[in-house]
Order: sequence, then C-alpha cells, then structure tokens
Amino acid sequence: MGVTLTILSLIVLIPLSAVALKASEQTFPEFLQAAFNERALTAYRLSFGAAFIAAIINGVFGVLTAWALIRYQFPFKSLVNGIIDLPFALPTAVAGIALATLYAPNGWIGALFAPAGIKIAYTPLGVVIALTFIGLPFVVRTLEPVMRDLAADVEEAAASLGANRFDTILRVILPALGPAWLTGIALAFARAVGEYGSVIFIAGNMPYKSEIAPLLITIELEQYDYAGAATIAVVMLAVSFLMLFVINAIQAWARRLGQ
Amino acid sequence: MSRLRHPTEDPVWAKVVILTLVGLFLVCVLILPLITVFFEATRKGLPAALEAIQNEDARAAIKLTLITAAITVPFNVVFGLCASWAIAKYEFPLKPFLITLIDLPFSVSPVVAGLIYVLVFGAQGWFGPWLLDHDIKIIFAVPGIVLATIFVTFPFVARELIPLMQEQGVDEEEAAVSMGASGLRTFWSVTAPNVRWGLLYGVLLCNARAMGEFGAVSVVSGHIRGLTNTMPLHVEILYNEYDFVGAFAVAALLCLLAIVTLVLKALLELVQPQSRPGRH
Repeated sequence: MGVTLTILSLIVLIPLSAVALKASEQTFPEFLQAAFNERALTAYRLSFGAAFIAAIINGVFGVLTAWALIRYQFPFKSLVNGIIDLPFALPTAVAGIALATLYAPNGWIGALFAPAGIKIAYTPLGVVIALTFIGLPFVVRTLEPVMRDLAADVEEAAASLGANRFDTILRVILPALGPAWLTGIALAFARAVGEYGSVIFIAGNMPYKSEIAPLLITIELEQYDYAGAATIAVVMLAVSFLMLFVINAIQAWARRLGQ
Repeated sequence: MSRLRHPTEDPVWAKVVILTLVGLFLVCVLILPLITVFFEATRKGLPAALEAIQNEDARAAIKLTLITAAITVPFNVVFGLCASWAIAKYEFPLKPFLITLIDLPFSVSPVVAGLIYVLVFGAQGWFGPWLLDHDIKIIFAVPGIVLATIFVTFPFVARELIPLMQEQGVDEEEAAVSMGASGLRTFWSVTAPNVRWGLLYGVLLCNARAMGEFGAVSVVSGHIRGLTNTMPLHVEILYNEYDFVGAFAVAALLCLLAIVTLVLKALLELVQPQSRPGRH
C-alpha cells in the first residue's frame, strides 16, 4: 500500500507536475504564444486530424475484421487473429521504417499510386497510414467480446418478425455494439494523438506541413527551449486527460445501457 | 439443391465482400510491412544482414536493450503485485484516482514521458545541479533510459492483475491466515496460483514494450553510439544514415521478438481462455 503510493508518486506524479511547473515559469502571454503559435497550431491540426481520420478508418475496418473473426470461417483464421496484435508487440520504430519504405514512391504500395501523382509517404497521408497501423488492434479487441456475447436469439427474433438481414444488422446488431465500438475508436484516437516512433519516419517532418506535435516537443528540447517543450506537453497532457474522461464516460454509458 | 441460408447468417456475397476488404486492409497495413522488414534486411544477402547485427555498435545496442528490460520487467512485476494487491484487497479513499494514475502512462505521449524526466533530472532540471555536483548522470545515460522505460511500461502488469485479484476476493486469504499461515506463505500458496497466468501475460507485454520503446527513450538517451543506444534507437540512426540493410537487419531482430511475443501470447490465451478487454 505505502510502497504503491510512494512509487506512483516518484515515477508518475512528481515528474508530471514538473511539466506543469516548468510551463508555469512563463508569463501567461508567453505561455499562449508558446502553446498556440502558428507552427504549434499546424502541428496540433495534423496530430489530431490524422489521429481522428485513422481512428475512423480503424472504426470501419475494425468492425468488419472483428465480425469476420467471430462469425466466419476462413483459412489461416488463427494466424490472422494472432497478427491483429502485431502493433502492440512490434517496436514503433520498426513499424515506422517498414511503412515508410512500403509507401515511399518507389515502395511496393507507393509505386502503385505514384503514377497517379499521389504521394503517400512524406505527406500527411503517410501520417494517417502510420496512425492506422498503431490503432488497429484497439477497435477489433474491444468489439470481439461484445460480438461474441451477442445473443443469436435476438437476431433470430428479428428475422422471424420479418426483418431482412440488412434491417437486423442496422437496428439490432449495430446499436448493441455502439458503446464498445465508440470505446475502441476513442482508445485508438488517444493512442494515435501521442504517437511518435512510427510516424516520424513516414511523415517527412516539414515545418508547417507534416510535423506532428510530439516531434515539435523534441525539436524544442534540442534547442534547449525547455519551457516551450513543456508548454506543448501541457497541451497534449490536457488532451490525454480529456480522452481518459471521454472513455470513462462512454464506458459508464455502456454500463447503464447494459442494465 | 442448395442449402437454405440460416436467417442469422450473412449472404454469401456479403461474406465475400467483407473478407476481401478485411484481407486487403490487413495485407496493406500489417502483413506487407512485416514482409518488407525481412525483404530489405536480406536485400544484399543473409551474410550482410548477419554482419549488421554482429558489429560492435549493434552488439552494444542489443546489450543495452536486454539490460533495460532486465531491470524494467522485474521492477514492474513487484510494483504490479503491490499495486493490484492494494487496490483489490483494501478499501481506501482516492482509489479511483490511484487506478487512473496507474493507467495514465497508456495515454501519455511517449515523448512527454521522456520530457518529464529531462525536466526533473536534466542539467537544467530540479535535481540537475545536485546530480552534477555528485557526478551522477541520469539523463543521456542508462538510468534515464531505464526510468523512461519503466514509466511507459508501468501499467502492463498491474492492469492484468487488478481484475484477477478483485475477482478472487479476500475469502481464501482470510481462511489461510486464520488457519495460521504467514503472510508470505498465504501469498505463495493462495494468491500466486490464481494470478500466475495473468502475471505471465502482463510480463510478456511489458517486456515487448520495454525492448521496443522508442519515443520516451529517444528523448532521454542522447543517442551516444555504443553507450546509450538501444536497439530501436540504433535502427533509427542506421536508417537516417541510409544504411538500410543495417537498419532493417536490426529491425528484423526486433520483428522476431514481436513474433515470439505474439506466439507466446496466443499460447497463454489457450491455457487461460477468457475474453480480454482490448486495452494496451
């Protein structure tokens, strides 16, 4: 008990408060300037925007993947099931260089799009790809247990009352999945917003163009602008807390629905 | 005559469309990247790849990664046991706050995780001058790397154990204690057998993350070759120097680690089949 609290304070609480204190060493206008200057704003826009798009992509493909894994039989199913967790196990730097190589204009996938004039790696599109990779397991793994517990008799009842398959999915299955689906998307988003390792290799890192917020922190650190780095960290931490709050709210809502 | 479709079964065309979409998605996002790593690593033949993971800098990086994991994992096992024990077996105020704190590293950007230790222990940080006076190096040295790694892997073991211990309740331990078992004996004979698979699962994920962490470690390491370079950082340096065979050879080693982790994880799920919430 005492050990737990001591370690938690030493490793999590005190260092975290250092960020807030460092950021508060500036005057308020200085803080605003460091937190919301043009370059920082573009970085947030990219980090949050790309994370949002990636979370939506994972929402769509995650529900299809989970559905296929629970309901269908297909070859190599257990292999596919295992590889879903790859983004949890694979170091982000490895994912970063692999995706950058694959989606570069001369890479296996990048070369397919290059003739059409579409560049994926070294553009915001590449950031979306990396964040999709990193968030992929969240939606699938939060949906799976709920889908497994989905009672077949409800679907049968809907079908026997004359609903076609489309209606059953739209009105019976999807509403039941709603809270878990949202939780998965929110978890994928929360993870993607702060992601660094897999993104920096594929992003291109051009100021005002393809620079993510965590990268801006490292750049300011390299310039010994500790207050500036801490300021952006405070903004990102605020978003992390907000996401934790949102996820808890979704889960509380899901529990109320379940009762 | 074809068999009639069961009303809760999807029509064949829907199955084909969904499986194709899912297959394409997984191939583009998961499978091709994995193949790319091994393909690029062996582009100049296997000997070149093997050379790249056996030279001095690579060996130093592998060693540092192993040392980091060897300190981080046992630390988090001890902490995870303490924390889950405190949360599951005792009632006290601020408990939700404590759980949130344990969860926090999951939602903090790894770069921020590194930054906080620079602000505390760095040359301009709180303890910076004191550490300098006593000639202790934490930032841009191994202790900083270990600290940052502990931070990002903090929740893995505790998160696995808390629900298991809560489910188990305190009855069995109370029975053991009332029959005269010591605290340690109670733990080994009553508590430990119930949580061992969950503990192993947590250790597995914690280890994978500890060996693969990039963002947090990159901020505190200083990238000194042969000294403060872990394997993921070594990958970055080689890649930025356009030594692609070298970068992908070390990356392939990390991929093998990830694959071993996934196989062990699948085996653990066979031993202890229960649905796991999709966290971490």
